[in-house]
Amino acid sequence: MVAAVQRFFDSDIWWSFTRSPVTVISAIVAFVCIAGAVLAPVIAPHNPFDLASLQLLDAFKPPAWSEEGEPTYLLGTDDQGRDMLSAIMYGARVSLLVGFCAVVMSVLLGVSAGLAAGYLGGTVDAVLMRIADIKLTFPTILIALLIDGITRAALPRDVHDQVAIYVVIFAIGFSNWPSFARTVRGSTMVERNKEYVQAARVIGLSRGRIMVSHVLPNVLGPVLVIATLQLGFAILAEATLSFLGVGVPPTQPSLGTLIRIGNDFLFSGEWWITIFPGIALIVLVLSVNLLGDWLRDALNPKLR
Amino acid sequence: MSNTLPLLEVRNLRVEFPTRRGILTALDDVSFDIHPGEVLGVVGESGAGKSMTGAAIIGLLEPPGRIAGGSISLGGRRIDNLPAKEMRTVRGREIGAIFQDPLTTLNPLYTVGRQLVETMTTHLPLNPAEARRKAVEWLELVGIPAAAQRIDSYPHEFSGGMRQRVVIALALCAEPKLIVADEPTTALDVSIQAQVIALLKRLAREKGTAMMLVTHDMGVIAETADRVAVMYAGRIAEIGAVRQVVKHPAHPYTIGLMGSIPPISHRMPRLLQIEGAMPRLSSIPRGCAYNPRCPRVFDRCRQDRPDLLDAGDTRAACWLYDGADKDAAHAAAESGYTEVRRG
Amino acid sequence: MADDLMLRTEDVARHFDVSRPLIQRMIAREGRRTLRAVDGVSFDIPKGTTLSLVGESGCGKSTVARLVVGLYAPTRGRVVFDGRDLAEARSDAAQRRRMQMIFQDPYASLNPRWRVRDIIAEPIRAFGLTRSNAETVERVGQLLTQVGLAPADGQKFPHEFSGGQRQRISIARALSSNPEFLVCDEPTSALDVSVQAQILNLMKDLQARLGLTYLFISHNLAVVRQVSDRVGVMYLGRIVELAPAETLFTTPRHPYTRALMEAIPDLDMTGRQRIPVGGEVPSPITPPSGCPFHPRCALANDRCKAELPPMLPARGTPAAKVACHAVEEGRDGGPQAAVRVAERGGMLAAS
Repeated sequence: MVAAVQRFFDSDIWWSFTRSPVTVISAIVAFVCIAGAVLAPVIAPHNPFDLASLQLLDAFKPPAWSEEGEPTYLLGTDDQGRDMLSAIMYGARVSLLVGFCAVVMSVLLGVSAGLAAGYLGGTVDAVLMRIADIKLTFPTILIALLIDGITRAALPRDVHDQVAIYVVIFAIGFSNWPSFARTVRGSTMVERNKEYVQAARVIGLSRGRIMVSHVLPNVLGPVLVIATLQLGFAILAEATLSFLGVGVPPTQPSLGTLIRIGNDFLFSGEWWITIFPGIALIVLVLSVNLLGDWLRDALNPKLR
Repeated sequence: MSNTLPLLEVRNLRVEFPTRRGILTALDDVSFDIHPGEVLGVVGESGAGKSMTGAAIIGLLEPPGRIAGGSISLGGRRIDNLPAKEMRTVRGREIGAIFQDPLTTLNPLYTVGRQLVETMTTHLPLNPAEARRKAVEWLELVGIPAAAQRIDSYPHEFSGGMRQRVVIALALCAEPKLIVADEPTTALDVSIQAQVIALLKRLAREKGTAMMLVTHDMGVIAETADRVAVMYAGRIAEIGAVRQVVKHPAHPYTIGLMGSIPPISHRMPRLLQIEGAMPRLSSIPRGCAYNPRCPRVFDRCRQDRPDLLDAGDTRAACWLYDGADKDAAHAAAESGYTEVRRG
Repeated sequence: MADDLMLRTEDVARHFDVSRPLIQRMIAREGRRTLRAVDGVSFDIPKGTTLSLVGESGCGKSTVARLVVGLYAPTRGRVVFDGRDLAEARSDAAQRRRMQMIFQDPYASLNPRWRVRDIIAEPIRAFGLTRSNAETVERVGQLLTQVGLAPADGQKFPHEFSGGQRQRISIARALSSNPEFLVCDEPTSALDVSVQAQILNLMKDLQARLGLTYLFISHNLAVVRQVSDRVGVMYLGRIVELAPAETLFTTPRHPYTRALMEAIPDLDMTGRQRIPVGGEVPSPITPPSGCPFHPRCALANDRCKAELPPMLPARGTPAAKVACHAVEEGRDGGPQAAVRVAERGGMLAAS
């Protein structure tokens, strides 16, 4: 274990990381955002969902540094008197959860499909890749709206609110798998013809075992890069859906929901209700994407 | 040969690669001359620095590699410190380059005729029509059948052997004084290899072009080169007339290298082998770089690095040929040789 | 006799469909295209001996290697492994264990994500050859020692080794299932010459110690001379000459075999002028009619252009089987030493 840690700090990846100030800053920012979101119940100054502690009198408080601001509400409060900072931390939690789960789902779907298509080839390949092609002709938002519409029509309202978050995860996750499938298929077709795979075939290992134990570990590098970039994309997609009102319900507001709610007050002067969640979203997505860009370059031997 | 002035003079060439773990010295203290009309073979195993020597001369070192010392002069003019733009002119006009893979030299989007014509009109006082006529002549000269028709074909329409012939025509058509050929036949089949080598040799002789032939194949060198430099771990281990180096090598590495080439004429119970592998650039041993593998090693080899010394008819970087150490060397030689034979 | 044969191939062929996609074929109005990588190859390998197949790229020698270990199924003909049909033998783990393969590229033949000890142990685990993990570890250590590495090297990853060391690891993996038959596909062509000598010596030692049978694939005649008992020369998917090594190298008969010998650079520096082989290897998608070598052969006549020559014992050197009308008819001037071929100025038309 100690040796593994030591090897990591000695590796080219770590070296290239420390040589890129932008990446180091992004990593720190992303870490702060993620830690703030994950630990929100512990470190948030208020609990915005505890109805008992909400004071309508505290509604529309501007940020602490303006004249009418109060120090307890650092970034002000919204129309219901919820602390914006706490709401953002809880909101980022929802956004990250949706984004992360959606990416995990895309990875699972895409990697399995790509591995099977690339290794087995023939009809399996043709069918899976045509499905991916068809999928790519529909924009993500359209599919998500479609899935949301179907579930809304099929389920009663209170049930729908409970499952809404899973619907969003599914909608985003399902729309992103082809990019993983294509990448994995390409690298699988390269690996499949390498001699170490032939050596395993000479021993007589089954195709499933060769795919999982030999090919899979060697095609995961690019998947990690795409997954990081897709995390930013998934968070944005969720925010878009929530902004359009078809995402997560207002009882569990995500950053997108907060922006939509704040949007109503933008022109009446309460700018902080929408601007701060917006900045939080930009910072989170930008830092994750910059990390992804760096990872892509660091893992690409041609650019090194 | 030595009464003419050398065309190419490489003096104490040193190439370095800065890396995160410090500076790697890829070439160190490499010196040699090539005279007009002469073919110098440069052999060595992978990582010995032979291709890098060629790349340094034509000014195409892969970054972050850089020339960190010494000089390269062509016809008396320093070319190692020229600006990139001037070096490009030198590369087309005075030095021709042939690489292992013809596809890296040929532009897939242009016909071979266009590439030949462009090269000639850039470097020679020819108009396009004359250049085209010469291009056909060149293709005929390198043995492309029906050259007048094939001149408008694209590189992918030629087979591997024919493509390498086109590359040779392209390298020679501006009538350079020096050709640097890096493994020109390695990607080709044995029967095609022989054709291409014969062609290169003939053209170099007819045109009086000097050639630096970089290869790992001692057989190609023996057939083609006048002199040969054997490289090991970024330095020249031995240099001399090809016949001497092949038949009577002096450096223990050359002896081992020649011995490990399987003969076609008879079956050997065991091949002579050199134990171990060439050191990585990051861990070149102190003293003579070959000392851990050398059957004739003695104390001095582990301490000091030998420079090229007179060793009979060749020059070898080996303490065995230093007058002061002849006795110690002799003792080591005796014990070492029996070891090799048993090998 | 049949009991002593490790492997036998009977008129084995392997064709590949290299047609373009259906729509493109319809637009270009062309039919299916078949690449005849191997087109009717027959040979025997007695136990404990080495048969080498030699030829230029595209002659089908590597395809034969893959047919023989079951990586490809033959399009025609059959492969017999120790008296049993290969497909049948491959379905039985106890038989499959007996054949292994060593590959050309030491950088691609080891999984870069696996530790060396796991790479070598994979066949042991797959065939359940040891009873405990401790026994496996011990066996891996033995194998590493046997190929000239240290047991502690098992901890490392492949990228920490040089090309020659990787090839040793490849050999250790192949040996780990205690095979009797090893298919070696150009095992030294990616290695430097001094390392090549190490690996060839190691393979010879292992054969002597373990009684292995080798099918050795190479394009290098000098290497083939050092390791083979018998040699088959391949051209365009067929064997054109099959002979004991000594016979083949002292009195090559087929014009192509002579041309190959002729093309080898002369290290002895006898000062002879080589006459290179003219022309190039034709595409195996559109092979020439009759004898596949006739367009490059100085002895070709109308019969050669029309009729595929069968493998027959050669006049004068009956130990060698040669597929050549000229040899059969005595038009080649009979057996002559390899050097004399050179003196006569070669057998081939210059381009």
